[in-house]
Amino acid sequence: MIKNFLYSQKVAPYVFVLPFVLVFIIFWIYPLLSSFGMSFQKVTLGQEAHFIGADNYTKLMGDTIFFKAVRNSAVYMLLTLVILIPFPMLFAVLINNKAMWAREFFKSAFFFPALTSVVVAGTIFRLMFGEMEGSLINSILGVFGVEPVKFLKGQTTGFIALVALATWRWMGVNMLYFLSGLKNIPDDYYEAASIDGASAFQRFTRITVPLLKPTTIYVLTISIYAGLAMFIESMMLWNGNNSPKNIGLTIVGYLYRQGIEKNNLGYAAAVGIVLLLITMVINLTQLAFSGMFKKEED
Amino acid sequence: MKNKWFISLMVLSMILFLAGCGKSSSNTSGGESSVLNGGAGEKATELSYWTFVELHGQHFEKMLEKWNAANPDRQIKLNVTVMPYDDMHNKLSIAVQTGVGAPDIADIELGKFPDFLAGDPQLEPLNDVAEPYKGTVVQSQLDLYSKNGNIYGLSTHVGATVAFYNTEILEQAGVDYKSIVTWEDFKKAGIQVYEKTGKYMGTADTSATWQASLLLAQQNSDFTDADGKPQVNTPEMIRALTMLKDLQDNNVIATIAGGQPDTEEAYGEFNSGNYATAFMPLWQMSRYTNYMKDLSGKIAIAPLPVLEKGMHRSYGGGGTGTVVTKTAKDVQLAKDFIAYAKLSLDANIEIWNTLGFDPINMSVWDMKEVTHNPDNQFVKYFVNNPFDVLNEIREEINLIKSTSASPTINNVLCTVTLNEIFEDGKDIQKALDDAQTQIEQELK
Repeated sequence: MIKNFLYSQKVAPYVFVLPFVLVFIIFWIYPLLSSFGMSFQKVTLGQEAHFIGADNYTKLMGDTIFFKAVRNSAVYMLLTLVILIPFPMLFAVLINNKAMWAREFFKSAFFFPALTSVVVAGTIFRLMFGEMEGSLINSILGVFGVEPVKFLKGQTTGFIALVALATWRWMGVNMLYFLSGLKNIPDDYYEAASIDGASAFQRFTRITVPLLKPTTIYVLTISIYAGLAMFIESMMLWNGNNSPKNIGLTIVGYLYRQGIEKNNLGYAAAVGIVLLLITMVINLTQLAFSGMFKKEED
Repeated sequence: MKNKWFISLMVLSMILFLAGCGKSSSNTSGGESSVLNGGAGEKATELSYWTFVELHGQHFEKMLEKWNAANPDRQIKLNVTVMPYDDMHNKLSIAVQTGVGAPDIADIELGKFPDFLAGDPQLEPLNDVAEPYKGTVVQSQLDLYSKNGNIYGLSTHVGATVAFYNTEILEQAGVDYKSIVTWEDFKKAGIQVYEKTGKYMGTADTSATWQASLLLAQQNSDFTDADGKPQVNTPEMIRALTMLKDLQDNNVIATIAGGQPDTEEAYGEFNSGNYATAFMPLWQMSRYTNYMKDLSGKIAIAPLPVLEKGMHRSYGGGGTGTVVTKTAKDVQLAKDFIAYAKLSLDANIEIWNTLGFDPINMSVWDMKEVTHNPDNQFVKYFVNNPFDVLNEIREEINLIKSTSASPTINNVLCTVTLNEIFEDGKDIQKALDDAQTQIEQELK
């Protein structure tokens, strides 16, 4: 009986996917539904929650700090996309080139920052970008006669520090994705192209970039998500969730502030639902445009 | 060969990742824990205690020894966990309100206290254990942590705000701090200091409200009205910030790294002698002795300057209430112990000896042998004796209320408004009006 069940071609696949489905339901669907419900309630820990209709959402629409957080997250995401897709691709191509010197060294050197904890990295970047004359970046600027800059107190300079941290940390990871993509491109194509007289630049744009498309789409998708969901980097860089003038406040940071710091979990749930909507809309549009939903034609 | 090396690197990295995960999940409280024995026997009850100030643990250690010696049948072992400020309050609020994982005893900072009193407080009322000490301790300090006549937290100190002057810098500039009475005097002195030494007389705080509070207290005003409603764009508040802005425009005060004197970055700036004055509650003394050792023998304590002669020269700033949670293992034992460790005369003497705080039992302020003990580290460090100043201003210590709106008011002023005014030079009236709108919106 059990043997029949296990060997049954119809049942077996479901048995194998069951662990995933269970995890998905318990840790994803259930919290999602429950926070959707919470977003229509006034929830104070330790006390009865009560239903307040769409009040949380109407309050959210008039909340300037929330929009500031959305803007910060969006700008951060765009900047990381602009930097963390083309450059890792370029470096991957360079490192993949057999003429390149010390390839293995660069591969691991680029990847190393990803192994450090964000907490440590954030703290070190906070000290590096400190506003005192003696902090690393300011003392370098000092050599060129630039006055000390209060990096973490200005919108633009604060973002320079934030994006520098993201670049340093994620460059190597994205580069590895591209490297693995490059390994799948057969050398024959390049040989054929060079016999036909294609320049190195042409080979890059006509062969490498199109054939890396699946990798690029993957990196793009996770970068959009990571960019919009960023929180710890900002928290560590500003030593807490309350940056001056909220220059480093992200959507998740705002969720944390409302839900955990101010005990307003219902409102925080509404913030979370809006974040989910934004991320879904952007990613689905992006995936649709890049043709991921079309049936593969081979 | 090269490939092999890369694979081993990947394996190594994965192990590191896994090790990282394991570590963070086993260390659930996220802080540093240690169990204080205090000479307790085997039958002692173990109580847990969370705090965000390491020094508070040292005080409890001393009081624990005395308690265990005096109460052999009710001995206690104290499991102390020190966590960073935000972390501790966030974890505590979730633990206390869900009723799972809360410690028996905890420290809650004054600015966060109203959050814990919201609705139906999940803390034990302490009226019965505080009763015997009424009359010996400052009543307003008990009221500060109360709701509807119930006391929920036991205060640590009065926190009388004073001026800390770096006499070395002032002497170089030929300024006598004793002659500074009004803010006008302070401004003149500051201009002289900046011209002679190129150093700033004081700080323009952007991440704390000590300065705004002390200036409001001088004018008998507050951040909230009689009903506890926020009012941050009052004429008093505008007068206070306009005065500070004028000092900044004349290079008397300047913004400081960290945003206020009680931050790591600022300790460094003060220690290297870049700022001559800090206006802080008296507990800032312990920051001097612990983090600014180079200034030993150079710092003098004096009453605050005032807007007009005759105004009150101090206010009680900051504070920590020690609470007992409803889920405590042995509620009565915990309550008796914290009352003993915070309110008894012994405790108040130790609070001065160990922590350098101004105790809430004011009879200690008159005990010359305690306050002027030549072996005391704080007496040694400072140019003059802090209690000479405290006794001079003891009738002038005003209070800024802590209401349910206070955490939001603080948050808006310290993250947005003060930065806009002192870093970006935004119009004061406009900045404060915006702050008022923002606070009302958030409290809706």
